Amino acid sequence: MQKFSGFELFRRALGGHKSWQPQWRNPEPKAEYDVIIVGAGGHGLAAAYYLAKEHGITRVAVIERGWLGGGNTGRNTTIVRSNYLFDESAALYEHAVKLWEGLSTDLNYNVMYSARGVLMLAHNHHDEISFKRHVHANRLNGVDNEWLSAEQVKEFCPPLNIRSMRYPIIGGALQRRGGTARHDAVAWGFARAADSRGVDIIQNCEVTGIRRGPGGAVEGVETSKGFIRAKKVGVSAAGHTSVVMAMAGVRMPLESYPLQALVSEPVKPAFPTVVMSNTIHAYISQSDKGEMVIGAGTDAYTSYSQRGALHVTTHTLDAICELVPQFRRLRMLRNWGGIVDVTPDRSPIIAKTPVPGLYVNCGWGTGGFKATPGSGNVFAHTIARDEPHKINAPFTLERFRDGFLIDEAAAAAVAH
Amino acid sequence: MLIIDCPWCGARPEIEFRYGGEAHIARPADPAAMSDQEWADFLYNRTNPKGLHAERWRHIHGCGRYFNAVRDTVSDFFVTTYKAGEPRPDIGESGK
Repeated sequence: MQKFSGFELFRRALGGHKSWQPQWRNPEPKAEYDVIIVGAGGHGLAAAYYLAKEHGITRVAVIERGWLGGGNTGRNTTIVRSNYLFDESAALYEHAVKLWEGLSTDLNYNVMYSARGVLMLAHNHHDEISFKRHVHANRLNGVDNEWLSAEQVKEFCPPLNIRSMRYPIIGGALQRRGGTARHDAVAWGFARAADSRGVDIIQNCEVTGIRRGPGGAVEGVETSKGFIRAKKVGVSAAGHTSVVMAMAGVRMPLESYPLQALVSEPVKPAFPTVVMSNTIHAYISQSDKGEMVIGAGTDAYTSYSQRGALHVTTHTLDAICELVPQFRRLRMLRNWGGIVDVTPDRSPIIAKTPVPGLYVNCGWGTGGFKATPGSGNVFAHTIARDEPHKINAPFTLERFRDGFLIDEAAAAAVAH
Repeated sequence: MLIIDCPWCGARPEIEFRYGGEAHIARPADPAAMSDQEWADFLYNRTNPKGLHAERWRHIHGCGRYFNAVRDTVSDFFVTTYKAGEPRPDIGESGK
């Protein structure tokens, strides 16, 4: 792998930047691997990277129907935070935030993690007591989160309108270590680092079946490029998890919904942090390119269409216009949808399955980007050791049978 | 926005309706006789198909009644709607 550094940039500039190599190979699949990951999004690529880095398993293929990072990794609103209520969730997301903090150095790739803070607004008494409960629960779990008064909210994020609106802001919970990262760079950084350790990333190759042996164990996957043998298959297919798992005969507690987001035209730096409001449903941050990145809610019905209805986005824009009145003059540039797989308790599933050799990482619903490095890290552990890491041990499929739900209503920070 | 054909009221915009999830999941007659896994299947596991999906809708800002629909989850095209209690229409895999 060619190392990225200021010196290298300078040196290759002298040669007219002609000596840069592609960041990853584009190999044809081999006949057999130790592990196959289905889905080259951030979570799948991260799992492949940590399998190679931490568990010494380098005969790994990541198989992707489209192009790497082209699904929800490229469609989300790039928010990172870990201020979840329950111990299980806090441990999982905090694991990810700790990895985010060192990720650019680890991958030798600038993922542009920017700890600019995530501010969750309270508009009524219920919000206030709920957020204060989160602040206390987070403190017990060693997760930073603090309560701000309305005046402190205004001071931290001056563009906000805190008074002259239908639901004035009465305070907010701020996680200063939260922020954003560059979503494409996360996929590319993990892809490049995994590839350099020998992982084959096979794009434009659709998994069409999961072959199981006489004893029921996984033998490999059927793909559009032929059968590929592997004793371990990890499914990391986001909105399409139900479809892929059905190939192995496993029914999942998942429903796939469209989730929309949109960006404005790019403007000069005007918004210093990430602001979320559950009560009036809005979340907004400014990308380094200058676009205001805005997330809407899920559409009402299950779908794989990767698009949603306009009334869902305009509902969010109504709230944005009240929160930040000067943004009324912004024009929206693009909107799009991604398909998110939602579990009944809004917590993910990172676990073994009833099929020997088949593992699944899914159910991230509307908030999976923030967990990318942590999710891949514990999923790799689960696949390599055939048992969960203690952080993802509670996030099983069997919790729905046994009643140990992790009922994390805060999973999306805004109601979906 | 979807235009949904309520079997009682006719075609109306989506915002008049509330989505009700997968259709034809009957509550088991004798829950106590079921295993934990069977009960979890009933409560939580869903088909979530990519293709034709039989689902419930409620015309909450209209007649208020539940009804069922078959919709293609790839195109969001409604193949048909039908009254609650009627069996799922026999439509092939593609629907169009």
